[in-house]
Amino acid sequence: MSALYPLLIIAVVLGIVLNLAGGLIWVERRLLALWQDRYGPNRVGPFGLGQVVADSVKLFTKEDWIPPFADKPVFVLAPAVVVATSLLAFAVIPFAAGFVIADLSVGILFLLAASSLGVYSVVLAGWSSNNKYALLGGLRATAQMLSYEVFMGLSLMGVVIMAGSFRLGDIVEAQRHMWYVVPQFAGFVMFLIAGVAETRRLPFDLAESESELIAGFHSEYSGMKFGMFFVGEYIGVILISAMLTLCYFGGWLGPVLPGPVWFGLKTMAFICLFILFRAALPRPRFDQLMSWGWKVLLPLALLNLLVTGAAVLLLR
Amino acid sequence: MFSLLRSLWGVFLHAFHKRVTIQYPEEKAVLAPRYRGRIVLSRDPDGGERCVACNLCAVVCPTDCISLQATEDEHGRRFPEWFRINFSRCIFCGFCEEACPTYAIQLTPDFEMGEFYRKNLVYEKEDLMISGPGKYPDYNFWRVAGVAIGGKAKGEAEREAAPTDLHSLLP
Amino acid sequence: MAKIFVENKPYEVDAKQNLLHACLSLGFDLPYFCWHPALGSVGACRQCAVKQFKNEQDITGKLTMACMAPASEGTRISIQDADAAEFRRAVIQGLMLNHPHDCPVCDEGGECHLQDMTVMTGHSHRTYNSPKRTFKNQYLGPFINHEMNRCIQCQRCVRYYREYAGGDDLNAFRLRDTVFFGRAEDGVLENEFSGNLVEVCPTGVFTDATLKHHYTRKWDLQMAPSVCTHCALGCNTTVGERYGSMRRVVNRYNHEVNGYFLCDRGRFGYEFTNSPARLKEPMMRGAVVSKSAALESITVGGRAIGIGSPRASLESNYALRQLVGAERFYAGVSGAEGTAVAAALSILKSGAVPSASLLDVEQADGVLVLGEDVLNVAPLMALRLRQSLRNAPMRAAKKFNIPPWLDHAVREMVQDQQGPLFIASPYATKLDAVATATERAAPDDIARLGFAIANAIDRGAPEVAELSEETRTLAASIAHALLGAERPLVISGASCLSTAVVEAAAQVAWALHRQGRAQTRIAFTMPEANTFGLALLESKTLADALKEDGIDTAIVLENDLFRRAPEHLVREFFEKVPHVVVLDCLPTLTTAAAEFVLPAGTAAETSGTLVNSEGRAQRFLRAFVPSGSVQESWRWIRDIAVAGGRTDCAWQTLDQIIAAMAQDCPALREVPEAAPARDEAGKIAREPDRYSGRTSMLANITVHEPKPPQDVDSALAFSMESGFRPAPAPLIPFFWAPGWNSIQATNKYQTEVGGPLRGGDPGTRLVAASVQAAEYFREIPAAFRPAAGEWLVCPAFHIFGSEELSRHAPGIAELTPKPYIALNPVDAEVLGLHAGDAVQVTLDGVTGVVPAILRADLPRGVACLPAGLPPFEGCALPSPGKLALAKPEFSVRGTP
Repeated sequence: MSALYPLLIIAVVLGIVLNLAGGLIWVERRLLALWQDRYGPNRVGPFGLGQVVADSVKLFTKEDWIPPFADKPVFVLAPAVVVATSLLAFAVIPFAAGFVIADLSVGILFLLAASSLGVYSVVLAGWSSNNKYALLGGLRATAQMLSYEVFMGLSLMGVVIMAGSFRLGDIVEAQRHMWYVVPQFAGFVMFLIAGVAETRRLPFDLAESESELIAGFHSEYSGMKFGMFFVGEYIGVILISAMLTLCYFGGWLGPVLPGPVWFGLKTMAFICLFILFRAALPRPRFDQLMSWGWKVLLPLALLNLLVTGAAVLLLR
Repeated sequence: MFSLLRSLWGVFLHAFHKRVTIQYPEEKAVLAPRYRGRIVLSRDPDGGERCVACNLCAVVCPTDCISLQATEDEHGRRFPEWFRINFSRCIFCGFCEEACPTYAIQLTPDFEMGEFYRKNLVYEKEDLMISGPGKYPDYNFWRVAGVAIGGKAKGEAEREAAPTDLHSLLP
Repeated sequence: MAKIFVENKPYEVDAKQNLLHACLSLGFDLPYFCWHPALGSVGACRQCAVKQFKNEQDITGKLTMACMAPASEGTRISIQDADAAEFRRAVIQGLMLNHPHDCPVCDEGGECHLQDMTVMTGHSHRTYNSPKRTFKNQYLGPFINHEMNRCIQCQRCVRYYREYAGGDDLNAFRLRDTVFFGRAEDGVLENEFSGNLVEVCPTGVFTDATLKHHYTRKWDLQMAPSVCTHCALGCNTTVGERYGSMRRVVNRYNHEVNGYFLCDRGRFGYEFTNSPARLKEPMMRGAVVSKSAALESITVGGRAIGIGSPRASLESNYALRQLVGAERFYAGVSGAEGTAVAAALSILKSGAVPSASLLDVEQADGVLVLGEDVLNVAPLMALRLRQSLRNAPMRAAKKFNIPPWLDHAVREMVQDQQGPLFIASPYATKLDAVATATERAAPDDIARLGFAIANAIDRGAPEVAELSEETRTLAASIAHALLGAERPLVISGASCLSTAVVEAAAQVAWALHRQGRAQTRIAFTMPEANTFGLALLESKTLADALKEDGIDTAIVLENDLFRRAPEHLVREFFEKVPHVVVLDCLPTLTTAAAEFVLPAGTAAETSGTLVNSEGRAQRFLRAFVPSGSVQESWRWIRDIAVAGGRTDCAWQTLDQIIAAMAQDCPALREVPEAAPARDEAGKIAREPDRYSGRTSMLANITVHEPKPPQDVDSALAFSMESGFRPAPAPLIPFFWAPGWNSIQATNKYQTEVGGPLRGGDPGTRLVAASVQAAEYFREIPAAFRPAAGEWLVCPAFHIFGSEELSRHAPGIAELTPKPYIALNPVDAEVLGLHAGDAVQVTLDGVTGVVPAILRADLPRGVACLPAGLPPFEGCALPSPGKLALAKPEFSVRGTP
């Protein structure tokens, strides 16, 4: 029984994450419509929920075309990478006390590492497509990833210092009296920005900016390969939202309701925030993005680390 | 930075606004009388065909989707022998209506013309003709034109003097 | 040249011209109405006002009419000056007061000079609210539609019709704003050039009545440069097509050929192309068969002959000659015609006097016409000949320093003086009215007169025996007049089918040349559009072909043999030849008798080359791709050859066959120069920029918008797509310039207004005069003596009816005379005939009954039958015939 328990968790986590990722297509379209005074998909099934099924049927049945000029093995591999790495990160996410696949003591590091691997898919996709827009998209994604990865980790270090552990479970437990969003507000903001950049969501979707690069790295993709990028992106969104919940908003902690519900609600709220970003914010220029990362956010993250470290030392 | 937050908030507030989408097949939109939809050929107040086959609508059409052939009745009244609009090409820009010197061609508030076959979007004169004057109830080109037609001889149009008597010796 | 200043910038212009001419030649847009390059200036419309300044310091200036002011050295003018612009705007506002609200239903709309000028002057809003004056229209015949309300009283129509074309049944009536231009009463306009009123009238008063039946705006026509096939002059035309049928013909300016005008036969004869009787599919023994079935069944063996045609293109004739072999190719003309044409051609080649272009005709100042009815055989030559009559009197105007463009001053000066014009012909012609002297005689006597004139000019020319004293005096006076001319011209031709007449004409020209008149020209009229082209292929005639035995296949190219030889001879020929293949566009007696009929295209539907009576090869290009299996005759012949396994006749494009022809026939070496080859010119659009209805015109058949046909024969495209280079002169599909939608846009294509087209006028001369003078002809025919009971039946030509194809146009058919025979009243008395009596005529073995008319102008012993009209269309006239009063039951009452 205990041997099956981790398998059960894996099954539950996979089931929830993948279904949620699919469902997010609908959620995003409905929410965008809501904020734009429209309805969004509301014709297929109740509340238009059947749209998810219809879209997947469409993606699965579309011609899976590989351009003759593409580097075929890499081209096929790239979309798989994004989904695989994002899913990998969920291994260390605790959905509730003890409800975790692998309760690693270096959970946060693993999480950062796994989620950063996702950029390979973009780079490989951009490269293997053998298309100048795709390549430009891939290059942008790489540069963006390198820049934002740095202070993403740094901004989290404040939390780690305060909790005194890399284990996510411990971090959540450490917030039993106060969510880290209060002492680590600066860190939270920086992590939020970096997280959006990490998932290449608007306003930081310069890798696929359709107005300049057509669709960037996935210009040449169609059918379910394109769908994989889509799903990968949503898994990334869920992942970052989950991390925000865990590190700054007390994870599963909350009154009355059971832990997993609190965790789910908080994560969902961040997902909605991501979508609100898309609905409201314009895309910056690439040079603005880079100078923001290096000249503003990185020093701020370092400063945050310094202050947090100093405060922790002083208070101890 | 503040502007970003303000727009986030502003957009968020839209969640509580009324939605502008009209649930089309169940609800119908109220279309303005000058809405640029299906093109018709109207008749003048006397019930005669307004179109004089001047070809101006055809020449102004940016998609070249109007073609016609002029002909005349035995009294000199000009009208289109046939008149064809290929609605599978039409972009409903309304230039034809702008160009029409007789108010014959008019765009109407009707856009429900979907078809499964493109050839069904080719409208001939009998598909285009309506029985009334459309948006311009009073105008009758032939009342102001100098050409004589059946029922209107020379000098009988608006603001026309009687035909000159060539045999008169008066200056 | 003179230097004038426009807006203070210096320009070099022709000092002999007026300022309007100078401004337009320089490319400025200056509005005008009453002025026309061919009609000169009268200053009636006050539209071309410009500001003229005394010198550089003068900033006030004065308004002056550009058409009335000479472009003298140092003239300073401003077109843009505010006063001048306002004046022009106000003038057009005045002209527009009574103009009706007609543009949408006006045939001129879209190519209206008045519209163009109104837009150019900026008069955009009417303020006049009082009643407009109106007129009742007149019926002016099947060609011209009258809509008098639109008139702006520029007087161009009357000036053209009366002063230029010599008509007298159109005039201006009444006064003030009620000036009326029309006839005294309804009726067909009598002048043969009335169609030009359509182009001369700046607005829609006179419009093309044949176009009205299938009206199309100019911007909707798919147009191409063509050459008129209704006579041998080769006037350049622009043909227009819409929805697969031919819509109209307008003039295509060619300085050296037709200038600004066309005759009514050329302009309105096009409707045969749309005839419902047209042959569209191949036929085998009267039944329609597929193209491949027809080609499979036709075999061309060693005993095949080809009969060419003077109305088919050079390429088609050459293709047939290649198919059957040069020695088995026969020109499809009667023996007499072949001889006369060959004589004319050899005279032009071997004599020192070159042939006259129509421009030369207009510039001549002493003209002798021998045996020709110029107006009815070569109509436009008569129009230009009429202008030449002013040349001699106008020399006097020069003495008074009156510039030639100052039209009314010149006409006041010249009054009714005419230059020397002498006409010798079998019957009275319309040009007689302006002739100095005329002579009515049988062809042989005409030739004798010609030889006598030559002898009077140059005593070295042989003397004519037994010449009457009157003829001798006449010849002497004509000789005197011709010697007094700077540019004498002799006109003759094949109408009399008399080699003697042709030789006599040459004799006169040569004599003048020997007397040092180096500017002497000779013009031969020819019966059909490509008579000279066919003659250049140097072949035997139909008369020889009909005598041939042992033929198994005869291929007849665009020819109705029943018009070339008496019916019984043709019938005999068809009986002895088992297989007859006929290519033609319309059904004829020949197609009815043929085993195979292949549908040939008309000039508007095909491309090729024609050689006109001047010896000028001119290219005509198709305006549209005809429906059915219709194609060029040379393509049919190629298909026959290829189906029979021949490889030497496999031309794919027009340029290929032209190149082959130029290589094979030394006389046709220059033909490729008539127009640039397909890849020498960039893409040229046949359709104007505003061509409408592309996505809709075929939508009733298919909504998939088929690709337009490709033209492998010329640089012209069946679309609106055009290259960046301007079209070379021979390939100009239509005249249009921004702001100039009417035919007046021609201005923008000329080196100077009224001058040659830029890049040279289309066409290339194939026949050049020899350097050495030829020997005089020594054989002079004896005087004509009428035999008892026999008449010399001469052809009387009719502009409407004598030509084969145009007769199928409804308008022309309406004006075609009914058959008749014309006789001298004295001869009629001998026969006991009265006008209207039925006469039985026996001629060349053909007998027919026609009503008689009496014409006092005919010489004794000469009778006239209308040329080209049944029942004697097959007889080569003149020919001796017998006349007898027909029995009353056959009598046809009424005069034609």
